Order: sequence, then structure tokens, then C-alpha cells
Amino acid sequence: MTVEAGHFALLLALAFALVQALALPVARLAARPGLAGVAPAAAAAQAVAMAVAMAALVHAFAGSDFSVRVVAENSHTAKPMLYKVAAAWGHHEGSLLLWATLLAAFGGVFALWRQGLPAATRLYTLAALGVVGVGVLAFVALASNPFDRLSPAPIEGRGLNPLLQDPGLAFHPPLLYVGSVGVSVAFALAVAALLRGNLGPGWARATRFWTLVAWIFLTVGIALGAAWAYAELGWGGWWFWDPVENSALLPWLSAAALLHALGGVERRGGAEAWAVILAILGFSFSLLGMFLVRSGVLTSVHAFAADPLRGVFILALFAAIAGGALVLFALRGGRLSRHVAFAPLSRDGARLLGTVLLIVAAGVVLFGTVYPLLAEALNLGRLSVGAPFFDATVLPLLAPVVALMAVGPLLRPGRDAARRIWPTFVAVAAVGLAAAGLSARWGGWAAAGFGLAAMLAAGCAAVLWAERRTLSRRRLGMVVAHLGLAVGLAGITGGSRLAAEGIAALPEGGALSVAGRDFVLASVIEVPGPNYLARRAEIVEAGGVVLRPEARLYETPRQATSEAAIVSSPWGDTYAVIGESDASGRWVVRMFVKPLLPWLWAGAVLMAAGGALALTARTAPSARRQP
Amino acid sequence: MSRRRQRLVWLGVGLGAVFAAGALVLSALDDSLTFFYGPADLVERPDAFSRRVRLGGLVEPGSLVREGAAVRFTVTDGQVSLPVTFSGVLPDLFREGQGVVAEGRLSQDGHFAAETVLAKHDENYMPREVAEVLKQNGEWRAAR
Repeated sequence: MTVEAGHFALLLALAFALVQALALPVARLAARPGLAGVAPAAAAAQAVAMAVAMAALVHAFAGSDFSVRVVAENSHTAKPMLYKVAAAWGHHEGSLLLWATLLAAFGGVFALWRQGLPAATRLYTLAALGVVGVGVLAFVALASNPFDRLSPAPIEGRGLNPLLQDPGLAFHPPLLYVGSVGVSVAFALAVAALLRGNLGPGWARATRFWTLVAWIFLTVGIALGAAWAYAELGWGGWWFWDPVENSALLPWLSAAALLHALGGVERRGGAEAWAVILAILGFSFSLLGMFLVRSGVLTSVHAFAADPLRGVFILALFAAIAGGALVLFALRGGRLSRHVAFAPLSRDGARLLGTVLLIVAAGVVLFGTVYPLLAEALNLGRLSVGAPFFDATVLPLLAPVVALMAVGPLLRPGRDAARRIWPTFVAVAAVGLAAAGLSARWGGWAAAGFGLAAMLAAGCAAVLWAERRTLSRRRLGMVVAHLGLAVGLAGITGGSRLAAEGIAALPEGGALSVAGRDFVLASVIEVPGPNYLARRAEIVEAGGVVLRPEARLYETPRQATSEAAIVSSPWGDTYAVIGESDASGRWVVRMFVKPLLPWLWAGAVLMAAGGALALTARTAPSARRQP
Repeated sequence: MSRRRQRLVWLGVGLGAVFAAGALVLSALDDSLTFFYGPADLVERPDAFSRRVRLGGLVEPGSLVREGAAVRFTVTDGQVSLPVTFSGVLPDLFREGQGVVAEGRLSQDGHFAAETVLAKHDENYMPREVAEVLKQNGEWRAAR
């Protein structure tokens, strides 16, 4: 019964989204402005209806109702409860329902919370969000209905891919979704500004707020996804430039660019059109990511559905929403920008240059991600674009961004004098060069990574010192987030450039040496789990760490997974994976020593914390304040 | 700075960034792409030995041999079979009779030396490239 209620709620939400989208145009056509006032109520009702629909699906999963097709295909009675619930979004239909639910939730909160925005801005924004909602909900209801019944109902489910049975996986998709859906509010605000022909009061502040919310969730979601890959896939890596990882990185990069463009718009004006186009691009990337993940056009660990019809539907949705907004921008975007003069050598100049580099880097990531599709369409053969391409193109574009982050915040807004700032710049650059020199013995990449990280940290320290009496909470948030990137960059560099690995087939008692440390395979025992059987190895370092990696064999679906053992200290990770045993009873043991890698996770936490500090800061100082 | 001049400056900056990115992309495209072949396509390529490629197909049942950390198995598209060597822990989803993608080089003695083995899919989700190779050779069996 709850399943039918969920289906009904889904259709009801579609109806509310239609009302939300059409209230304003109908009110204008019928010359009855009062009619537009129903949009906020429709948005709130849509949010409630979608919450009911999502709750009904989670209920069906929690109770293992195998008469529901997606439950039978993706769950199993033997799964622990956490993973039964998480399985509700671990497949195509459920993940789309969650996407639509979050979209409705953002719309509902936006509708009820005025944020000092004029009524017109809010109504236009709600109409734009309503149009997006109609498109997504129509897709869910028509082509991806999660509430389909099976008759007769099977006795037992087929189970979720065991690789997905991991806490990191239970949480990272919802967090990423909050982020990639969250950029829709900035998009709708941008469309509203274009339709009205001006930004209106409070626009930049509200857009910055919602973009920052989305960016924080994207940061945490991407970090958790990377942590999942690191712990679960057993390759010792955490980022593979997989199409789906890229499609989360795209909105992250463009949201970061938008935040920095908005900093200038909010305080001084200028670059309004640039902020609007960045907001449009951000949500377009997010929709494109949904297309890439959900259509199955690209081979990916995350690809759920290889149903071409669904792909066509999402592509049409993407073309209509992103294309429509871009056409609107071409027609009206030129009217938005006010002229505010600023010198290239100024905080605004550095920030604008940073946004340009970030969005160009995002463009390169996008190109690399879809190039296999283009190549196949143009008959250039089937190929894949992997880490070597992205390392060679994206990193050189992002390196100057890090350098800008180190020196840009030290500059004054509007105009600065080289005479004033050069001693600080020299000091910051000297710290970077010293670190690069010290780490040059590990190679050029290590020198660049550690040099930039040290330079950025020095820049952050210089801001804190220069503004020690006047630092606002928002500036502090900026410094903390930038410092997070410095810490994360050091972790990335150490974990890749200083890493060592070893592999050997060991009998019990056999030894393996990695990076000058000796490890002994002490024992391998069988340990039963809730729905799997594990072989657990104990690997002991004399006077050091003890690692217990597992190889698990799941019952349904019958599949083996390896559970890496990771021991972290502030100075690095020790990582072990156990594989199969061969005919003579030796076990394949693979070990990695990854210096500084935990700093990456600490850096992500700092970035999110910095974002949260800036988010909760009180209203920005009044516009056009002179320093 | 006048409005016009400021716009020109930033237009120049934008175009410069785009050109720099274009140059990086073009230089990287030359040598960092990995082409994908089935066993039959790969052995017919004249330049097969010189490039790092991806090889996709089915792991031939009964072909998997482990010798310590070294692994040997055969990848087939139903017509041509190619021996593959690999040193390391095979991915969780690797199984005989199922799809696999191996990245590495074809060596002169005719075996494929894999540096990485990908099986990033479960039994229901065949990599698209592998499915196409199998379809072309009439080896395709629809998923249960």
C-alpha cells in the first residue's frame, strides 16, 4: 500500500511542479498578478510530496518488499539494515528519485525563506526551478518509475553489488546529489535575472549562499567517494579520472569559479554577466553529469542503466534546460553588467583570472570525458582517455590557480600598488621555492606539488597576519578553505610521488619489504560475516603496524571483494590487500606505503569547514566599501 | 580603465587561457590516448607492438593460471585468443568466462603484457566495448 502511496505522491509532485512552473506565465498572460502567488505554496507542496515518495521507496527497501521490481533487483533479506536503506538509491530509478526529491527540497526551502529577495526575483526563480522539476519528474514517472510492481513477487532479491556495501558508498551519493542539485538554485536565480533584465537587490548574496551550500556538499561528497574508492577498490588509488568522477568535479570547479566571481559582484558590482553564465554552466555540467552516469554511454564503474531510450530522454532534458538558458543569455546577458573599473593588479583582478582558469580547466575535463564519444562518432576508433591526458592538461591549468590563491587574497580590492605588495609576494614565493627545492629529489611533480602547497600555506599565513585585527568570519572561512587545499595538495603529492608498493606471493610466515619496512604474513584465518565469508590475513611489521586485510566472498550475488587494511598516522598510510591463494598455498599480498596521504582527507575537511564558516558569517559588508 | 579597454583586457585573458588549454589538449592527445581493441583487431594492427592499448574480451574458462604473484589467462572474442600475463592482485570482479579489459602492451612473442586489469562491472553489466566485440563475433549472450 505504501508503494502505491509513493507512486501517487510522485505523480502529485509532478502536478505541483507544473503549477509552480506555470503560475507566473499564466498570471502574466491572464493579467492577474495574484495568481503567481501560488508558486511558493506549490513548491512547498512538491517538496512534501517528494519526501513522501522517497520515504515510501526507503520503506519498501527496509521491509524487503520484493514485489517492487527495483527492490527485487537490488536488495536482499540478508543485507544489514544500513545497506538495505542505502540500496534505495544504489540503482538507476532510486538515484533519480533521490535527485528529484532533493531538487524539490531545495525549491521548498527557497520558496519559504525570503532571504531579503524581492518578490519578483523569488517568483521568477521558482518558475525556473519548476520547469527543471517538471522535466526531471516527468522522466522519473514516465521512463524510470521506481514503484513498478512485479507479479508474482520473487521470494528473495538479487542483492546489491557487494562493492557498494561500504559505509562510504552509503553516504557519498546522497551528499554529492545535494551538491549537484544545489547548484540548480543558482541556475534558477541566473535565469530569473536574465528574464527580469537585472539582478535586483540581494541577488548576489542569495546566489552566493546557495552556491556555497552546494560547493560544501560537493567537496564532502567527492572526498567520501574518493575515500570509498581508496578503501574498497584495493588499487591504492583514490581518483581515476573516471567519467563519473569527472562529472562531479565539473560542478565543483564551476561552483568554485562562481563563488569567486560573486565575491566581486556582491561587494562592488561588475562581472554580473560572467557570474550569470558561470551559474548556467554549473547546473548544465550537473545535468550533463547525470546524462553521462545514467545513460550508460560511457563505461564507468558507476554506470547503472544501459538503456538508450533513457539516455535520449536525459539528453533532450539537458539540451532543453541548458540550451534554453544559454539562448536566453545570448539575448539578454549583455544588459546585466555594470561597469566597475578595477586594475589587473587587484584582488578583483586575481579573482577574475582564477575564475577564467577554473572554468577553462573544467572545459578541458569535459572535453576529455566526452572525447571517447566524439571519437567513436567520428570513426576515429574506440579509445579511452585516462589519467595521462588529464594529468598533462588539467594540472598545468590548475597550478597557476593555486599560485593565484596564494597571492590574490593579499591584494587590495579595486587597485593595488606593486610597490606596496612586492615584499610580501617575494616572501610567499620564497617559501614555495624553498619547499620545491627541498622536495626536488623526488622529481619535478613532487617539487611542483610541495612548492605550490607551501606557497599557498604561506599566503594564507600572510593574510592572517596582515588582517589579524580586522579579520571577518567570512575572510577566515576563505583562509581556512584555501589552507585546506594546501594541506590536501601536500597529501596528494606525498601519497602519489613519495609512495612505494610491493607485491609478493607469500606462504604463512613469509616476508615482504616495502620502502625499507619489513612485513610478515603471520596468518590467514576464515571469519564469517553477516552475508559473506571472509579470509582475514594478519600482516605484522616488526615493532610497527598490524594490518588485517580481508578477501570476502558474498552469497548473493556470488562475488568476491577485497577489503583493504589501512593503518593511518599523520605521516602516512600503510595499506595492504590480500588476493587469491595459488596451488602451493601462497597468498598474493600487495602493499603500499603512502606518505602524507591522510592529509588529503584533512584538507577536504578544512575546505568544507572553511565553506561552512563563510556560509554562517553575517551579511557581507555594505557594497562599495573602500578599504 | 575605460569600460572598453577593461573588456578587451579580459577578453584577451580569456582567449589566452582557452588557447593555452587547446595547446595542452592537442599535445596530450597525441600520446596519452589509449585505443581499445578486441583480440582479433589487435593482432592485425601493424603498429600493435608500439603502443599502450586496452584489450577487451572474455576470460577463456579454464585458462587462469596463478604462479605466485604472476597470473596468466587468455582473452578471447570467440575467434582469436590472446594469452595475457599480469603481475598483481586481480580486481574483485575478475572471473573466468566474464568480460575483462586489460591495459598494457603486446609483446613481440605474441602475449599481451597487462599493466592493469579492469573488471569494473558485475556480471550484469558488461563493459560496452566488450559487449560490442562479442556481438560482432556472434558470441553475445543476452544477460539473464
